[in-house]
Amino acid sequence: MSTANDAANGAENLAVQLDNIEKRFPGVIANHDVNLRVHPGTIHAIVGENGAGKSTLMKVLYGMHEPEAGTITINGERQVLRSPGDAIAAGIGMVHQHFMLADNFTVLENIILGSEPGHRGVIDFAAARVRLQTIMASLNTDLDLDAPVSDLGVGERQRVEIMKVLFRGARILILDEPTAVLVPEEVDELFATLRHLVNDGATVIFISHKLDEVLQVSDEITVMRQGTTVAQTLPGEIDRSGLAELMVGSELPSPEGRTTTVGDTVRLRVRELSVHNQEGREVVSGANLEVRSREIVGIAGVEGNGQYELCTALMGLQTARGVVEVDGVDLSDAPTRRRHQAGMAYIPFDRQREGLMLNSSLWENTLLGRDDEPRFRQGPLINQAEAKASSREIIERFRVKTPDETTPAFALSGGNQQKLVVGRALVSDPAVLIAAHPTRGIDVGAQAAVWDEIRGARDSGLAVLLISADLEELIGLSDTIAVMFDGKITARLDPDRISPAELGSYMTGAYQGVNS
Amino acid sequence: MSQTRTRITLLDRVLTPSQSPRTQTMIATVGGSLFAVVLALAICAVMLAITGKNALDAYSTIIETGTDTNKLLETLRRATPLIFSATAVAVGFKMNLFNIGVEGQYLFAALIAAEAGSWVGLPAPLHVSYILIVAMIAGAAWASIAALLKAYKGIHEVISTIMLNYIALAVIQWLFESFFREEIEGNLNVKTSILPDSARIPDIVDGRLNGMFLVALLVVAVFWVLVYRSRFGFRLRASGHNAAAASTAGISARHMIIISMLISGAIAGLVAMQSVLGEAFAYGPSATPIQYGFAGITVALLGRNHPIGIVIAAILFGFLDSTSAALQLADVPNSIVKVMQAIIVLTVVIVNEATIRRLNVRTAEQARAKLETGGAS
Repeated sequence: MSTANDAANGAENLAVQLDNIEKRFPGVIANHDVNLRVHPGTIHAIVGENGAGKSTLMKVLYGMHEPEAGTITINGERQVLRSPGDAIAAGIGMVHQHFMLADNFTVLENIILGSEPGHRGVIDFAAARVRLQTIMASLNTDLDLDAPVSDLGVGERQRVEIMKVLFRGARILILDEPTAVLVPEEVDELFATLRHLVNDGATVIFISHKLDEVLQVSDEITVMRQGTTVAQTLPGEIDRSGLAELMVGSELPSPEGRTTTVGDTVRLRVRELSVHNQEGREVVSGANLEVRSREIVGIAGVEGNGQYELCTALMGLQTARGVVEVDGVDLSDAPTRRRHQAGMAYIPFDRQREGLMLNSSLWENTLLGRDDEPRFRQGPLINQAEAKASSREIIERFRVKTPDETTPAFALSGGNQQKLVVGRALVSDPAVLIAAHPTRGIDVGAQAAVWDEIRGARDSGLAVLLISADLEELIGLSDTIAVMFDGKITARLDPDRISPAELGSYMTGAYQGVNS
Repeated sequence: MSQTRTRITLLDRVLTPSQSPRTQTMIATVGGSLFAVVLALAICAVMLAITGKNALDAYSTIIETGTDTNKLLETLRRATPLIFSATAVAVGFKMNLFNIGVEGQYLFAALIAAEAGSWVGLPAPLHVSYILIVAMIAGAAWASIAALLKAYKGIHEVISTIMLNYIALAVIQWLFESFFREEIEGNLNVKTSILPDSARIPDIVDGRLNGMFLVALLVVAVFWVLVYRSRFGFRLRASGHNAAAASTAGISARHMIIISMLISGAIAGLVAMQSVLGEAFAYGPSATPIQYGFAGITVALLGRNHPIGIVIAAILFGFLDSTSAALQLADVPNSIVKVMQAIIVLTVVIVNEATIRRLNVRTAEQARAKLETGGAS
């Protein structure tokens, strides 16, 4: 697939070549015998479960970790990368999963921040604009350079990050889980952008664990497992399940399959719920929902159509009009803690911002919101032994990969952080679970575990309101799907009679109503 | 810069993955602080040398005078108000609240408590307890203004508490001059009414160490239990660590702001009690010491808002203060003590920031690495 440079050189002509990379941390080995061959002008996917060593490897390539052994060859030249500065000098750029943009700056200011063109301390904005026009042309994109970043959507912010890297002269781009934060159409746009980029001669290394995406967009695939590279393959030569087997050594999980039936009792009843945002705009308009025991009601919708406000209003985190009842108890005006006590549990949208205290230990995190359960109380004090024991239970039952419960939360991978948040929500046997993107950004194995737990809790009587951008997950798990568009519930669909593509049309507001 | 680098490699050598994250943090914090103090002494030595003084002379004077038994007791006495004010500041810090208003809170509390103490006659233990409680209520009351402004109007507590310090001074002066001042002919050192014996806290060692030191240790112990062991403290720290996650978990930020600010103000109310109940037996504009509110911020910072750290930092500052007179005699300007205190704070903050950052990176790497290799150790 080498396109731009002289392809005749074959094996010698590689954008990135890593040989026998080994990276140890005090007392342990994070990467060993890692070999990677990336041809220039290609999209190269690196897949593997969370904790397989992908991030460590990318940090080695981006100069954030210096390997103990092995060689890095960039465009045929041996390189020693001691810092991201070295990597940038070698033409390597990194687009992080979590954006690092200053909200109050414009697109232009964000892009040039840290490498402003100009001389004697005067920034040459005009020169920056000219260069950025070229870069935007190569991406086949058009952004208003003077718009403040706070006005941009997630997909656009990501493009700003990509432009930032290109502005620094990178020709080899590393993208760490770039699709984790995007909705389906943004993913398509991203892939189109990446395709333009490689057609222009750049090289993209793309970390993912979403197999469909990887098969769809990449030219070559390297699979990692347990700290080492286990296979290099082409998307034409392997299918989804084959790739999954390489990654986890087991079969691909499916969200579907239930043996129990939906119960009769309504556990969560929402009537005429309306939410106004700070500017006074109605962001949720008269939502009516009922979730029965042993039922999962899915909420489909393009992000920003009121799902976040619906959930925060249900949890009492936002003022709202309307009625919220759990098991017949009116909670419309109850504070958040009383809703918890009444049996509501919540998996929040952003696990790091709303779900975890990153600098605190796991046991403190699993105690968050549960500290007034009798088993953790010792008069006014906390029974730490119980809290730690409960944390260990969650870690074990939900297979959170961590050395122990005293490890701080920031040390866990995203998937394991999510499993912890899910575990904390489910462990107290709630009546109603509000689950926002429960498997976003986590790998196949963790996804299967989370699905299993949600299904298991459902089968024993839990009512689940599921918000997800993963349409397969919505269709597979839900018993009913409600579509949210512009703050209203515009359709109620039977998941057995709808395809992801049709659901997508409902989400954009093209169709409304009932499909049965 | 090069010092920071050596520390970092030193850190990697001293700490091993087999130690728990908590042990590693402890070793790094204690080691880092000691290193920072030594570094500060070195920087001061250079400064002394530049001004033509002999640093060794100055330091040996400090050690000689400071380690005298009487001086050591005086050190503890000087540390007492610092422990209170630093603890008051630390309660706020735990919730990411910067109570810059300890100064106003304790002076207001001192005036009210001294005056209220002179109104009643009670048996000794009751009288003292009554005054201490009045002081805590008065401190909390003054702090409640900033608490309510923050909780209901979103007014930043740094702004409001700084402003309230000035307002407190004016209010105190007005109350004192108009109502509470005791007129004694020919006495320029004006005070509130002198408190009777029943309202006095005796010295543990006569003239050197007052009983308030024990109260300070008690307050620190209560602070520790409250913050690190109680459910309230857990919620307080959760709000401080991540306000969004805490409110998602049902912890009302407004509630926490008000309670933590009130506790902070109540502890602040005790700052001047050693003076009111143990030294001057009254409140007076020249008798009651000032500036402890600001010194408390520095001590809390130096002690990393940890109870043990605060006690150690307060004693260190008390030690340096107690030697400043002797330095004057040894022909070293005693302002070097203030400079030294300031440099120690700066170096401790910088070194700690560097070690904690490095430590966090290490902890994350170790955890990940342990898992990627299937959980060695």
